[in-house]
This record gives sequence, structure tokens and C-alpha cells, in this order.
Amino acid sequence: MTGFDVPPVAFFLLGAALLPWLPAVGRAGVCVLFPLLALVHVSLLTEGAELAVPFLQYELVLLKVDGMARMFGIAFTLVAVVAGIYAWHMRELKQQLAAMLYAGGALGVVFAGDFFTLLVFWELMAVASALLVWAGGTDRAGAAGLRYLLVHLLGGSLLLAGIVMEVYTSGDLSVRAFAEEFSPGSLLILLGVLVNAGMPGLHAWLPDSYPKSTVTGSIFLNAFTTKTAVYVLAVCFPGWEVLFVCGLIMALYAVSYAVLANDIRLILAYHIISQVGYMVAAIGIGGELGLNSAAAHAYNNILYKTLMFMGAGAVLFAVSETRLTHLGGLFRKMPWVVVLYLVGAAAISGLPLFNGFVSKSMVMDAVYGRDLGYSLLALASVGTFLSVGIKLPYYTWFYRETPRELDAVGKPPVNMIVAMGILALICVAYGLWPAWQYAQLPYGVDFTAYRTDLVVKAIHIPLGTFVVFWFFRHKILGEAKIVLDTDWFYRKPASNIGGLILDGVNRFFGACESGLDRLIVQRIVPPFRNPIKALGFKSGQGDHYDPDMDRTSLGSAVGLTLLVMVVALVLSL
Amino acid sequence: MEAWVHLAVAILLPAFFGALVAVIFPARWRNAPWVTAVITSGLAFAASVAGLVYTASRGEVRYYLGGWEPPMGIELVMDPLSAFFCAVVTGMAFFVFIHGKTVVPRETPGKEAAFYSTALLLVGGLLGIVLTGDLFNLYVFLEISSLAGYALVAIGDRRAPFSAFRYLILGTIGASFYLLGVAFIAMETGSFNMGDVARVVPALGDSAPATVGLILIVFGIGLKMALFPMHGWLSDAYTYATSTSTAIIAPIGTKVAAYVLLRGCFYMFDPDFVREGIPLTTIIGYLGAVGIIWGSVLAIAQSDLKRMLAFSSVSQVGYIALGVGLASPLGMIGAVLHTLNHAVMKACLFLVNTNILSRFGHTDIRRFDRTFRIRMPWTMAAFTLAAISMIGLPPTAGFFSKWYLVLGSWENANYVFLGVILVSSLLNVVYFFRVLEKIYLRTDGEPYDEKNEREDAAVEREESPASMLFPTVFLAASLLVLGLANAFIVTYFIRPMIPSGL
Repeated sequence: MTGFDVPPVAFFLLGAALLPWLPAVGRAGVCVLFPLLALVHVSLLTEGAELAVPFLQYELVLLKVDGMARMFGIAFTLVAVVAGIYAWHMRELKQQLAAMLYAGGALGVVFAGDFFTLLVFWELMAVASALLVWAGGTDRAGAAGLRYLLVHLLGGSLLLAGIVMEVYTSGDLSVRAFAEEFSPGSLLILLGVLVNAGMPGLHAWLPDSYPKSTVTGSIFLNAFTTKTAVYVLAVCFPGWEVLFVCGLIMALYAVSYAVLANDIRLILAYHIISQVGYMVAAIGIGGELGLNSAAAHAYNNILYKTLMFMGAGAVLFAVSETRLTHLGGLFRKMPWVVVLYLVGAAAISGLPLFNGFVSKSMVMDAVYGRDLGYSLLALASVGTFLSVGIKLPYYTWFYRETPRELDAVGKPPVNMIVAMGILALICVAYGLWPAWQYAQLPYGVDFTAYRTDLVVKAIHIPLGTFVVFWFFRHKILGEAKIVLDTDWFYRKPASNIGGLILDGVNRFFGACESGLDRLIVQRIVPPFRNPIKALGFKSGQGDHYDPDMDRTSLGSAVGLTLLVMVVALVLSL
Repeated sequence: MEAWVHLAVAILLPAFFGALVAVIFPARWRNAPWVTAVITSGLAFAASVAGLVYTASRGEVRYYLGGWEPPMGIELVMDPLSAFFCAVVTGMAFFVFIHGKTVVPRETPGKEAAFYSTALLLVGGLLGIVLTGDLFNLYVFLEISSLAGYALVAIGDRRAPFSAFRYLILGTIGASFYLLGVAFIAMETGSFNMGDVARVVPALGDSAPATVGLILIVFGIGLKMALFPMHGWLSDAYTYATSTSTAIIAPIGTKVAAYVLLRGCFYMFDPDFVREGIPLTTIIGYLGAVGIIWGSVLAIAQSDLKRMLAFSSVSQVGYIALGVGLASPLGMIGAVLHTLNHAVMKACLFLVNTNILSRFGHTDIRRFDRTFRIRMPWTMAAFTLAAISMIGLPPTAGFFSKWYLVLGSWENANYVFLGVILVSSLLNVVYFFRVLEKIYLRTDGEPYDEKNEREDAAVEREESPASMLFPTVFLAASLLVLGLANAFIVTYFIRPMIPSGL
């Protein structure tokens, strides 16, 4: 369709503007209808369409359609529609508003043709998503939300600084691929984007905040922030070797945490980073196959990861509990949730017949030939299957009798199941007919997913993992008590080895974390309560600033003025 | 052409005229002083906007008071720079006066006439500072505005006289330094007229008395501007003054001092000289940078909203000083644009503070809660928008001044300034979102549930009256407009004022 080249973000902004004036049911409708309109609109956009408005001496390109942008745009609008259905029962205006703005910001970034527009929507995303974290409502969510916002605005500031440098040196505001020459501007942009991608070292906000959001909030959170970062990386930094290394680190680092985590939403949060690692690595490879596979994997990941988060959300909704050690035996209460979640789990593990298989095989194919990288990614996929394919569902829904404190189990509402069903269907459909996916990719493809070697690889890794898991299944669950049984002869050594590896790692990172907490609580926060005291000036010496005790004296105010003036005079004459 | 010359004096007269008229009404006409203040400031605002548009298209206007030509007489000069500042001053005064309709009678009953008369004197004095082309006349207006300012602060609560006294001591010291500086310059150049001084100074070469004079002027005015470390008077004065006094002094008082700084450094003296001959702008810039951080850090430490906003002013004035310190066209654009943006933001925030105070009887952030948003939705929305602008998120006005300052810092390869600006927005996040979180999100440690929903439904809306709500919301909305129209403002109003040597 031509002649209707409005940026898709307009639908979301319009929807958000309508929300406050509507009754509760109408609001839920808007949250489905407007993303749906946007989805139709995005799928009808032709490549090459552009909408530019003049600004200063530059042009702001609010809409620029190419294959990559369209692919991400479709995934984002699709997931926004489904998330709208999933959140149908939720009546809280501020969450709906934040979700609409957040999704709109993500689409704005994807279709932005210049860095200025990109930055505007980037910051919109940061603020709107922080609102979703805060919507969790607890004190912990409040604190995590502020940390989340600070990190993202820091990322935004880095991005701003980088953009200013790039614009200043090249005079070109358009979003474009940078040559891998490490100019300060492009490096700052890269750093700012990696903050959002969850690069280890810059990732702490993600596992910190996502598990603390609301049931529906985390659905939106998981889909947008990291994937827009992937998009920007794919557009601006294709083939940067450093990204390949980053991707490997992300995939492995996060998966090892996911294996250790106990909270189901925390496990899934770590998996976001790990999965983004695959995409970042593929972008680091670059070339058409690399970018294609990154885009395909991002697309599929958005679908199945959202599906899995929805499953976790349904559990939280029903029993208000997300710790594996406190869950179990919930299968009978929510069989559909389990089945649909398992579709997502099969997809993320790359089992044939599911969409994850197609894109994961593409990524592995792109990486093929880099032996170390290839085997590390394969190792990461073992961890993936272990933690979300087996561990999470097993301990949540099977494993033992329902713990007594979970007896009063609610049922997840129908709209949640419907939303999960839609996503599961799409996941299977793309798995069965990969040609649909190939047709969407930004570059032409010459790839067949259902090659014997790929299928065999895709099956034997999960199979082996499952066998190992079955032997160790009583060990892997964090602090669960174990009754001594006849199988002690293999459990005993296993517990020692497990203790050596798991406990050691746990203790190390635990120490790091509590050390960091101590540092923040004891060293960084108090000086801000009373900066006068912290700098050692004579004051009331209270822990909190007291306007009466900590007032600057008249003498020192005059003295400082004189001092500054004398210094200025001495320097000038 | 001839008639337009009178624009300069048309901006100045209504305020002084209003100050005289406001006190003559009989006491039973309770609203008469307020009406006078609104009408006269509105007239001055209209004249300023006309002047702004006129100077932007046709250049500067000179008006000889009493027909006496300089250097004997006093001239008023309305060029793009002074017209811009006049518009900011009168615009803020206009909206804050409207807002004062019910606030002033409640907070200072029986003193309405005196209050508005003094406030109009303050506005008139500030306009005089901006418009005059004569250094000594500037001192006179400086004293008029300062004395009016001390009175406005002293009119507040029990502790106000004490803070007014501190303000008076420091302000007088600042004014004395200024006068001393003027004496040095007049001694060296033989004229009080700024235009004459600008012509003579380059011929003097490296003149020590002129340099000393400029430095005295800069730091004397720096005290008025609350440039770090000369901000000691500010927090108490702003906190203990009445709501409307603070709302009128805070957005425009320090800005006019910043105007004198710009005028002295870049128009009276050769920009090259203050940039490279003596490291004056560098010193100003670094003081501004330290002030940005220190003001924000102290703002974080506060538990009272009004005092927090006061310290935030110290920080924001630092941005303007930082722009001056860059001594480049981009820095100048950033500084001037931030003057406008910050005036609107701070006026809006102090009006919000007043609305909260008059509804809830306190401004203690620790006691803010979720009901605020239901009881005063528009006021809280205005606060949110202004806070977002203070942090500098696009597309609000605050983002764009930051953008130009970042651009200028990068151009000068000044990474310290760059880092300071970026860190400062994070500090702003801490102290503003701390408030926003309490208003919008905190549910006492429990997830938001039906019980909360019922509680919320039981809370009644108690928004401020229209006279208070309109200016608050209008200023907040204009932050969006200013942000979107920033390219227009910069191109038509700010670029023409950049002096040739910069």
C-alpha cells in the first residue's frame, strides 16, 4: 500500500491518548485493537517507504522501511496484540498506558531513519518500561525500577553522547552501518545499545527488574527492550568481530546463571540474555546469512519467549509464587498452560517442528567454521534445554504433590490461555513451514532447515541433556530437602561434585552480590543523605541533611565568594 | 519606524506604573491589586513579545530616556538578547500573578496591595536591568529589584525574615562588587554607556583595571545568580518565602543575573579576550559544572519539596554558566535556551509546589502518597511533565538545551563538561522519580489489587481552583511546545543575538 506511510508508532500513541478517557472494557479493547491495526499497517508497508520532516539543518526520518525493520516491526506488533489479549483481565490504567507507550517506543526505534528520532523513542521506551517495573507495586519493585531507569538513562546518555559525536564529525544523522574502526562516537553508541541488549557487565538491570514486574508487565518487558537493541546492532554494527565475542559471552554467562536460579521468572530473564547472545554473535559474523539468522532468531525468540513468560505469568497469577522450591504438582490445575509452555520450551531448545529449530539452525550454520564459538554455543544450548526445557516445567508442574500452602490455587483466566494458544500456533506453524519465515527475511536465503545433519544435532543435544537430568533430578533443585534413599551411591558423589561446582559458583556470585549491596548501602547511599557531612564540613553531623544544622554560614559564603574572585584575578592578571 | 522605538519603554513602564497603582485602591476592593498586577504584567508581556518579533526581523531599537542622548543621558537598548529576556521575565510574571489570585490573600492576608506592588517593583527592576544600556543605571535597577526581592522574601513565614537578612547581606555584597567593577571600568574608559565601553575596551589592549572591573562585575553578579559557590543565600530564601514570592523570584531572578553575565562577557568585552586573554569564561564554566553536581547532590538530600526545588535551581543555573563557559555559539544557544526552558520548568514546579501546599498543608516528600494523583490529577500531570523536562528527556524542552550544551562541549573537546551534563541528568532522575514513584506507584509494599482499587475509588478529586490550575497546566504544556518548536526559537530568536566575535 502506498500513500499511507505513517509511522506505526502513531497507532500506539493514538491508542495511549485514548486510554484515559475510556471505561475499563474499552481500554482492554484499545490495547488489542490498535496494535492489531498497526500489525496490518506494518505488513502492508512497502520496502523503501519513507516519511521525513525537516528539523534544523537535518531531516528527521520518522519512517524508513526495509526488510530488517519490517521483520522486527511485525514481530513487535504481533506480540503487542497477543499481549493485549493476555492482559485482557487487567484493568489498571497506568499499566495499559505504559505498555502502549512502551510498544510504541519500540516500533518508533525500529522504523526510525535517523539517530535523533531513534533517541527520542529510545528514551520513551526507557521511561515507559520503568513504569511497568514499578507497577509491580512492592518496595523491591520500587527500588529495582529506579535502578532500572538509572541504568537505561545512563545508556541513553551514552547513546546521546555517541550520536552527537557522530553527527558532529560526519554531519550525517541517518541510521547507518558503521565501519569497524572504533571511532569514539560509534563506540559510545555501541556501549549505549549494549546496555539495553543486556551485555554481561551491563546486564544487572535485567534479572533485577523483570522478575519484580507484574504478571502482564513482564510480558511486554521481555519482548521489546533487548530486541530493539538487537535491531540497532544489526543495522549499525553488522560484522563487528567484537560482537561475536560479546554474543558468546552473553549466551554462556547467562545460561549458567539460569541453571542456578530458583525463581521461574528469573530463569526466563537470564534466558533472554542468553538468547540475545546467539543473535549478537550472528550479527558479529555479519554477511547476509549472519544478519538473516539474527533477524530470524530475534523474530522467533520474541514469539516463544513471550509464550514462556506468559506461562510463568499464569503460574504467578494462579498461586502468587514463583520459586521452584515452593512450587510443584500444579499440572492438574492448569494443563493447557503446561502444554502451551512446553511448545515454547521446545522452540527455545531448537527441537525440530518448532520455529526455534529453524532460526537456531541458521545461527549455528552461520557460526559454523569457527570451532570454538560453535562448540560454546552448542554448550549454551545444553544449558538452555536443561533449565527451561526440563528443570523449570518439571519442578513447577510435576515433581511432587502440590505443596500444601498452594492448595487454594486459582485458575488462570481464559484470555491468558487464548493468548498463549495463538503464540503456540504461530511457533508451530513457522516450524512446520519454514518457507514462510524465509520469505520475510531481509536478504534472500539459500537455506534448508530440515537437513539430516541439522536435525540430528538438534535432537541429540536435548536427548543427552534429558538423560543426564533424569539421573540428577533430585540434585538440581536448589534447597529442596532430599530423603536418603537406596540411590545414595550415585547421589553421594553427585552431591559432592554438584556442591563443588554449584555451591562454589553460587557462593562466589553471592559474595559478589552481597559485597555490591553492602557497597551501595553503606558507601554510596549515606553520603547522599547528608553531603555536607560526607565531605567533612563542620555541620550538625546528623545522618540526614538538616536545613538548620547544615546551613552554610554567612562568613563562609562571603569567604568563598572572595576566594573565587581572588583566584580569578590572580589567574587573569 | 519611529513608533516602534517606544516599544522599549513600553515594556518597562507598565510594571512601575502598576507598582504605584496597586496600593491606591480602598481595602475593600480586595481583588484590585491582583487585577492590576495581572493586567500590567500582561501588557508588559505583550509588549515584550512584540519587541521580540520586531528585533528578530529588524534589529535593535534604542530609546533615549527624556530625549537625552548618551553618554550624558540614559538609553534603553532592545536588541534580540534583551528582548528575549524581557519576554521570559514578563511571561513568567504574568502566569505566576494569575496563579496568585487565591494564594496571596490566604498566605499574607491583608497585605495583598503591598505584595503586588513590591512584586511589580521587582519585575520592573529586572526589566530595567535587561533593557538599560548604561552600567550605572543597571546598578540602580539592580538595587530596585534586590530591595523588592528582600521584601518579598521577608513577607513569608516566621523564619523568612532571617533568610531575607542573609539574602540581603550577601546580595548587598554582590551589588557592591558590581558597583566597584563599574567604577573601575568607568575610570578606564570614561563612560558608563555599554556601547561606548564596548568600543573603547579593545583599544585599551591588556588593561588591568578593565579586567579587574569585569571580574568584579562577573562575581558580584555571580552572587545574585547563585553561581556555585556563591549560592549560600538561595535555599533558605526560596524555602521560607511565601509561595508566590518564590514562584516569582526563582524563575526570573537568577536568569536576569545570567543576562548581565552574558552581556558583560560577550558584548561589552571582546569574546576572544574573555575566552583566551583571561581564563574568565573557563572559570565560570567550571564553577557551573561543579554547581550542577553539587546542587543536584544537595537536592537529593532534601526531604522538603520546596527546598529540593531550590537546590535544583543551583544546579540548573550551573547549566547556564556552563554554556557561558563554553564561549561558543553552541554554548551561547544552550545557555539562552536553557534560561527560557528552566524559567518555565521552575515556575511550573513551584506552582505545583504551591498547589500541593494549599491542598495538603505540607510539602514533605516523605508523606506523599498514591492519593495525590487521584486528588489532583492535573497538578500531578504537570509535575510529571516538568520533571521529565528537568531530567532532559526528549521531546520536552529540557532535552534541547542539554542537546546544545552537549554539542558545544563536544565541539570544544571538553569531556569534563560532557560527563557532568550526562551525570547530572542521572542525579535529576534520582530526585524527581523518587517523588513520582510515591505519587503514582507506591502501594505500601503490596501488589496493586482490588482492595487498592476500592480505596482509590473512595478518594475524591480535589483539584486546585481554575486560577491556580490554568497557569500550572499551561506552563507544563508549553514545555512540550517549546521542545517541539525549539528549532524555530533557535533559528529566529537566538541565532540573531550571537555577537560577531563569538
